[in-house]
Amino acid sequence: MHSATGRYVGLLYVAPALAFVLVFTAYPLAQMVWMSLHNWSLIAQKKYIAFGNFTKAWYDPQFWTSLNFTLKYTLLITPILMIGGYLIALLTAENTPLRQITRSVVFLPVVIGLGASSLLWYWLFSYDFGLVNRALLDLGIIDKPVLWFGADADVALWAVIVSIVWKVLGFGTILFVAAMHAVPRDVSEAAMVDGAGFWQRVRHITFPLTARTILLVTLISVIGSLLAFDQFYIMTAGQPRNMTATSVFLIYLNSFPYLKLGYGAALSLILAGIILICTVLQMLLSRRSHA
Amino acid sequence: MSAFGEAMYERFIQTAPAAASRSRLRTAQGRRRYLVSAICIALSTVMLLPLLASVLASLKSTQEAAALPPTYYPHALSFDSYVRLWNYGAGLPAYFFNSLGAALLTILFCLALTVPAGYGLAKLRIPAKEALFVLLLLGLIVPYQALLTPLFFLFVQLKLHNSLVGLAIVHTAIQLPFSIYVMRNAFEAVPRELEEAAIMDGCNSFRVLFHICLPAVVPAIVTVSLFAFITSWNEFLAALVIMNSDSSFTLPLILAGARQQTSIGGTDWGMLQAGVTISIIPCMAFYLLLQKYYMAGFLAGAVK
Repeated sequence: MHSATGRYVGLLYVAPALAFVLVFTAYPLAQMVWMSLHNWSLIAQKKYIAFGNFTKAWYDPQFWTSLNFTLKYTLLITPILMIGGYLIALLTAENTPLRQITRSVVFLPVVIGLGASSLLWYWLFSYDFGLVNRALLDLGIIDKPVLWFGADADVALWAVIVSIVWKVLGFGTILFVAAMHAVPRDVSEAAMVDGAGFWQRVRHITFPLTARTILLVTLISVIGSLLAFDQFYIMTAGQPRNMTATSVFLIYLNSFPYLKLGYGAALSLILAGIILICTVLQMLLSRRSHA
Repeated sequence: MSAFGEAMYERFIQTAPAAASRSRLRTAQGRRRYLVSAICIALSTVMLLPLLASVLASLKSTQEAAALPPTYYPHALSFDSYVRLWNYGAGLPAYFFNSLGAALLTILFCLALTVPAGYGLAKLRIPAKEALFVLLLLGLIVPYQALLTPLFFLFVQLKLHNSLVGLAIVHTAIQLPFSIYVMRNAFEAVPRELEEAAIMDGCNSFRVLFHICLPAVVPAIVTVSLFAFITSWNEFLAALVIMNSDSSFTLPLILAGARQQTSIGGTDWGMLQAGVTISIIPCMAFYLLLQKYYMAGFLAGAVK
């Protein structure tokens, strides 16, 4: 039947999307590799310097500050999102009206923009106009308002973490609930007949059978955290002294305001490499858990 | 025993002990039910409070929005903040339509590219199909944040920088892998008998796509459009890089800018929260209206 449609007709249907990917993803990627090998700014002549930009990154304290800060953010927020999301999924997995509503409410911030949620929390955490300081003062938890952004990188980091946990907690929750619903009913019911308590069933049945989803959500959160930009750009603006400038923030700073394009490209490639390693790691782990 | 009877018998065997255990479950959970309900209500309250605070702050009067210490809720309702937002910069309608334009173009591009591609990948013979599919998903491995500089220069050459078309192209590049994946799966689920009958009747592949397959993949089209809209409407970094004149800014950009510039000395918190509220509304509305499609796309996106 299909011989009538010809061997290359199929290719015609895929061609527009293919052309798009070649022009707007593959070509920029190749160009970025090329840029990273050059000393390239808009002001001076561009010059081939081989891996000079990568060596420069190695000796650039700001590169390490940004990378360390991004890794710290990722290492702190990921367990909170995973454990929190999983506990809420366990709490709300059953389909009763109250639990379904709770699930939807927890998911609600996921659909709004990161920019909007960051501006919302930028206000809530504001020194004198923010409701967080007002509420903490009223509750007697603090004696004087906390300067959340601009003074101490760690304080700012925790404020951002609170806002992002609020924003993306529901993402993991919904995926975990879907995975829990896919656990065969008779398995957990058999365990229940055998007298297994709730936490025993979670440990021996639900947890192993949802392990792949846990790995997947971990990967998505890790990548998302490594690429964090909006929340820091809006809430901390990198302050104090670029100590809260994440890796993507540093790429942005070098490529646009500073116009060090070659260096920015090298930083982009390093970050893309780190993310590729995370993806491969997850695929290997996931294959093992499947076997 | 008939097949139907057999099925019923198996069901009975399975459900009899299950029903007993379910009633045991009920007594065991009776004690816990209040605790679970209390946690659910507390959790929902905590999640809703920031949104509620933002909406309430946007309804404060100009003086109250700038009051120290800040009030928890407005003592008198006022739309002052919305009026100031309406007149901010080039005027709210301009930014709103920029955002809307970029989002609609993103939907258009995504559908124009991925409906034929999904059909081709699912239904037609293509040389090296698997390799092509992987190439189409390239965007999954390379974060777009890393590609913005070369894209910006490409756009300068193509005269697409500072234009909604350019921005929509970046947003399409972000959404393309997900959209192709969803469309291909949707076309694969269309039964082969349908198209074969049409081909017998002399339809070419083009007419098969439009008359036979397209009506069957409407849910996937809604899903792809919905996600394209939400991505484009909320995207910040690409807009920051590509748009460089105030009148071409989208909502997220103008709001981020508005956090420092002010009309009343110091940040205009009331106007800022009015902006947050306005930019959240379309996303919330689409999510609540199209929850079924949203969840379908969400789960498909996560297993890609």
